[in-house]
Amino acid sequence: MSARALLLCLLVMPVAVLADADVHEFRLDNGLKLIVKEDRRAPVVVSQVWYRVGGSYEPSGMTGISHALEHMMFKGTPDVPEGEFSRRIAELGGEDNAFTSADYTAYHQTLERSHLEAAFELEADRMRHLTLDADEFRKEIQVVIEERRLRTDDKPLALANEQFNATAWLASPARNPVIGWPSDLNKLGIADLADWYRAWYAPNNALIVVAGDVDAEAVHTLALKYFGPLEAEPVATRRDTEEPAQFGPRQVDFELPSNIAYLIMGWKVPSLKSSRDKETSPDEVYALEVLGYLLDGSDSARLTRELVRGSEIAASAGASYDLYDRLPTLLTLTAVPSDGHDLDTMETALKAQIDRLKTELVGVDELRRVKNQVVAEKVFERDALFYQATQIGQLEAIDLPHTVAGDYVPRVRAVTAEQVRDVARKYLVDSGLTVARVHPQPGEHSRFSPGRATR
Amino acid sequence: MIRLASVLLLCAFAGAALATPRIQQWSTANGAQVYFVPAPGIPMVDVRVVFDAAASRDGDQPGLAKLSIGMLNEGAAGLTATQLTERLDDLGAELSLQALRDMAYIQLRSLSDPDILAAGVDTVALMLTAPDVPQDAFDRVRNQMLVGLRYTQQKAGSRAGDALFAELYDSHPYAHPDDGTEESLNALTPDHARAFLAKHLVGANAIVAIVGDLDRAGAERLADGLVGKLPRGERPAPLPAPPAPAEARTLRLEHPGQQTHILLGQPVASRGDPDWFPLYVGNQILGGGGLTSRLSDEVRQQRGLAYSAGSAFTPMRVAGPFLLSAQTRNDQTDQALTVMRDTLRRFVAEGPTPEEVDATRKNLRGGFPLRIASNGKILDYIAMIGFYGLPLDYLDQFDANIAAVTAESVRDAFQRRVDPERMTTVLVGNGVAQADRNGQTPP
Repeated sequence: MSARALLLCLLVMPVAVLADADVHEFRLDNGLKLIVKEDRRAPVVVSQVWYRVGGSYEPSGMTGISHALEHMMFKGTPDVPEGEFSRRIAELGGEDNAFTSADYTAYHQTLERSHLEAAFELEADRMRHLTLDADEFRKEIQVVIEERRLRTDDKPLALANEQFNATAWLASPARNPVIGWPSDLNKLGIADLADWYRAWYAPNNALIVVAGDVDAEAVHTLALKYFGPLEAEPVATRRDTEEPAQFGPRQVDFELPSNIAYLIMGWKVPSLKSSRDKETSPDEVYALEVLGYLLDGSDSARLTRELVRGSEIAASAGASYDLYDRLPTLLTLTAVPSDGHDLDTMETALKAQIDRLKTELVGVDELRRVKNQVVAEKVFERDALFYQATQIGQLEAIDLPHTVAGDYVPRVRAVTAEQVRDVARKYLVDSGLTVARVHPQPGEHSRFSPGRATR
Repeated sequence: MIRLASVLLLCAFAGAALATPRIQQWSTANGAQVYFVPAPGIPMVDVRVVFDAAASRDGDQPGLAKLSIGMLNEGAAGLTATQLTERLDDLGAELSLQALRDMAYIQLRSLSDPDILAAGVDTVALMLTAPDVPQDAFDRVRNQMLVGLRYTQQKAGSRAGDALFAELYDSHPYAHPDDGTEESLNALTPDHARAFLAKHLVGANAIVAIVGDLDRAGAERLADGLVGKLPRGERPAPLPAPPAPAEARTLRLEHPGQQTHILLGQPVASRGDPDWFPLYVGNQILGGGGLTSRLSDEVRQQRGLAYSAGSAFTPMRVAGPFLLSAQTRNDQTDQALTVMRDTLRRFVAEGPTPEEVDATRKNLRGGFPLRIASNGKILDYIAMIGFYGLPLDYLDQFDANIAAVTAESVRDAFQRRVDPERMTTVLVGNGVAQADRNGQTPP
């Protein structure tokens, strides 16, 4: 294999292949920001309206309200009755949906390129004129509670993840489950939603991202027509509780109806946004990103190579880190021990991997492999139009310029072995660690398998 | 300025190529069928090699296909799993392996740079032509599958799906779960996997789907490089027809949790089915069209009983299941089930309204560009067209096929093909068996 030639190819990948050349930015007088990415590969357009509000904005007692409001956004306005929004988009051949995260709520449509106007008209209408009917809400909150049961309550490992997160963050709103704590969902009322809608849904707290086979100026004209008349409003202020210092490792144990053991280990680390706010070097978050890839970027990464294939202690193991979170975040390892190995052995093995990152400089070949993957992934991402729009929205929704995405590859390429070792030493320490252990319930096993069937 | 113009020209060309993808088709010398769509917009290539080598070929060894296919990147031509994956990771290439019920495949996503692509293809070709199936890797992968089985068993939705397939397909090759069972996995050996791979990974049983920044000559080199050294072999025998739907019955499985998972099913449609388009359009109206469908309206919007309620046809080589599904709080199970059954009965008896069909035709025809808007989506389509032997102009004819569907053709197709009185029902949840003893749930 011509390894030398290949190395050369990836490192001289032309900048044009990676740069976001066709991104245009506008701001309307009412404060609404519009970003258009022209991509003419297919006659399709993605339209996304982002609001800067989500689970991490919610005070105690109100968790889940952003997501509940997202559901109610499909329940109509005086001009567009319940069901009409989705019906009109569907009739144009479009797809529409929405998502809520800790830091934002976004509504999106994908359409044939000539139908963008319909999406703008409908979104502008529900940005300011939502009906919020009490009877509709009584039914819809039950749908949300069923969603919580489906996604969390009946999934032992998801339930453990939710409480692991709330254990790691004692005070930071990063602890809030986006879907909301069960008792909060039971108490939410239509008046709460109306207040929340008034507080956050305004053009000056919103952002529109359009990507696809469109002309940026024409999109700007359309935005002026539909969103231009909306008045700017005073937007609520958010005051994040800053997480107090942690003074030692935390551990939480779960006895849930799970027939596999499961381990989560998370360390507090900065995100790009939080590191900027603290004026610490952004180099650290890119070094953490590379560290995440070294552990779990691919099948040849360390967790799979050493723990799944090598020692065979893990049946599966992974790492995650999101450098684009708004608040300080976690670098998290998760693992399922293989048969014959328990949670203690698993935890010791994961810690040994972390210790190795602190004591041993990563080799040239391994580091190059990670960087090659990052470069290639950036090219592959261009095949997904929706993802491209989402990436812009994610950054702008947490008040980072979307051009930050263009820094990613050069920043990752610049990371050195020393920087990886240094962030491991600085952040992957016991005073930032939370461990969650799901103990398998042997008593439950017979209830699951093979399962008694009655007719 | 000149540079900008040339970029636009290139883009316009790429756009045109995607508007109606022209599928090029040929055979390799050893009988593999190749399907290729050039996509010059991004310097990348996706290639998927599909084999009729999935769970329906397990025979009496459930899990054999999945475990065998899972061994492809675990050692080949004397290289270890780590050596193989390092080779691909060095290139920034992405490999995926799948074994479903009909299709098994290996897929490579690579930059299109000729040296990078060729190196990735060499590595994947080793996996296909010289899999070692080392004993230690085999034992480990099997252990992972056993842990995976236990995890799957704690998910009510997975248990419901497995139970429904077992009930619908009886002794048919679709009946058993593609993950196998604890007992069947423990009985497998590396020799079983080697024999399975040797028999099924052959030219005559291979479909190669390619989408990417290549010309025809490059695509031919790619196909030959991947599968050219496989023996010709032969395709496996056709699958038998599935059993006709039996009388209505209800299967109840106890499972801890707050929700009961409800599944209703019947084997109905195969790929290339003559009734496919009316069934497909009808299902969009009944339960496939997201929040605008009848099931979602009745179960979710009007009654708040479930987050997700819908229906789907899964067309397969031979009749795949038509499924209705919802999940609801345990004590609402009867109510949700009644609403679902009533909605289905009424839809089959009365058919859709002409307005519903009109809106759905508009949705499907207007949304066609979305279906082929990325290389990944086109790859899915051409792999399907190749594997199931659908006409090469399937995508060109899609619009006309949808346009021809009427309220009457939907009603006619549903009445002939779906029998609401012969649906198999599976309930997985806390207290479902008890409900049966108390006679609270209708049969």
